[in-house]
Amino acid sequence: MIALLIRDLKLAMRAGGGFGLGLAFFLIVVTLVPFGVGPKSSLLAAIAPGILWLGALLACLLSLDRIFALDWEDGSLDLLATAPLPMEAIVSVKALAHWLTTGLPLVLATPVFGLLLNLPLAGYTPLILSLLIGTPALSVIGTFGAALTVGLKRGGLLLSLLVLPLYVPTLIFGAEMARRGVAGLDITTPMSMLAGITCGTIALLPFASAAALRVNLR
Amino acid sequence: MGIEVSDLSVARGGIKVLEGVSFKLAPDRVLILRGPNGIGKTTLLRAIAGLQPPLGGTISCAPDSLVYAAHADGLKATLSVVENLTFWAQVFGTKDISPAMAAFDLTTLADRPAGALSAGQKRRLGLARLLVTGRPIWILDEPTVSLDVDAVAMFAGAVRAHLAGGGSALMATHIDLGLTEADTLDIAGFRAKAPAPDDFDGAFL
Repeated sequence: MIALLIRDLKLAMRAGGGFGLGLAFFLIVVTLVPFGVGPKSSLLAAIAPGILWLGALLACLLSLDRIFALDWEDGSLDLLATAPLPMEAIVSVKALAHWLTTGLPLVLATPVFGLLLNLPLAGYTPLILSLLIGTPALSVIGTFGAALTVGLKRGGLLLSLLVLPLYVPTLIFGAEMARRGVAGLDITTPMSMLAGITCGTIALLPFASAAALRVNLR
Repeated sequence: MGIEVSDLSVARGGIKVLEGVSFKLAPDRVLILRGPNGIGKTTLLRAIAGLQPPLGGTISCAPDSLVYAAHADGLKATLSVVENLTFWAQVFGTKDISPAMAAFDLTTLADRPAGALSAGQKRRLGLARLLVTGRPIWILDEPTVSLDVDAVAMFAGAVRAHLAGGGSALMATHIDLGLTEADTLDIAGFRAKAPAPDDFDGAFL
């Protein structure tokens, strides 16, 4: 399992691995929003938590179809499926590798991007916390979508359509937590809901992803 | 150890292609599957490897004794030869990759990225993966595609060494490997018969 994780991280870092893809997309969204809505700093401060969450979610979505597609194309998915690793472990490691290469860099870059959007100082900790809690759910749900659509030509569109509705609860509670943080309100309720969603998806979805993958490999 | 297959039927794309396949592969034996294109050799091998459930019949073999090598080699273009092999060695819980490198003459290519190898060299690397898994039963689908004469001999030598160590191999291939001791099974005789249209109206309802 560790070997698979290390291999996936190594592949992401090498040329063409797509490590910076999500981060670059996030940067583009965040730098373009002020041009789109105008330079009024009070307006930017009001929409900053929502924009940052939306940007993170879309950046995550961008790299989902790579999770299994590359392994499918070169045949290593077949070989992994016959290796002594359980399929549930494979999909969990894939989701973890996706989070480490996409979700975690976004969380770490958020303070800088928050500055670009004039995020009030009180909002930083809740926003970063909400992304830290919420982005693993995005990776796990996305891995499920990728497992469902693996092997389909141009499966990216279908993947987005399947995954976006499942992302909505995470987005609602994540953005709500960040918004409350900015307003100086209590964040406990959305935080526990968000954490609950993340824990639930991590506990249940690997089994669904593994089943979907087994069906698709037939 | 070995594989015993009895009365197996397999389907591809929802259509039954083979039925009543029965054979037994003893340890230290090679069984070569022959048959025309599209007869279902790959489907049969995938079913035995556990990638797809058979329609009927049984496959019995010791757990964790199979290793499957498909048409595609499953190599990562940006990883080097050593990194590719080491990964599979770690997945299968073995350590030493140097005998596999030597058996397929990959030592001089050790640090080359797999993407920069020729088709035959990639295939050799894919076959070297079999050695690092340490599994006793090899399930091989067209193992000699894009290999030159020397490499085919190299592969035959690796199979012989594997047999000498008590392993066995089941392969689908069209070319003559020079393995005189191999058994051959022509699976064209197991072609599934088209189902009788017993319920003609049902097809339209």
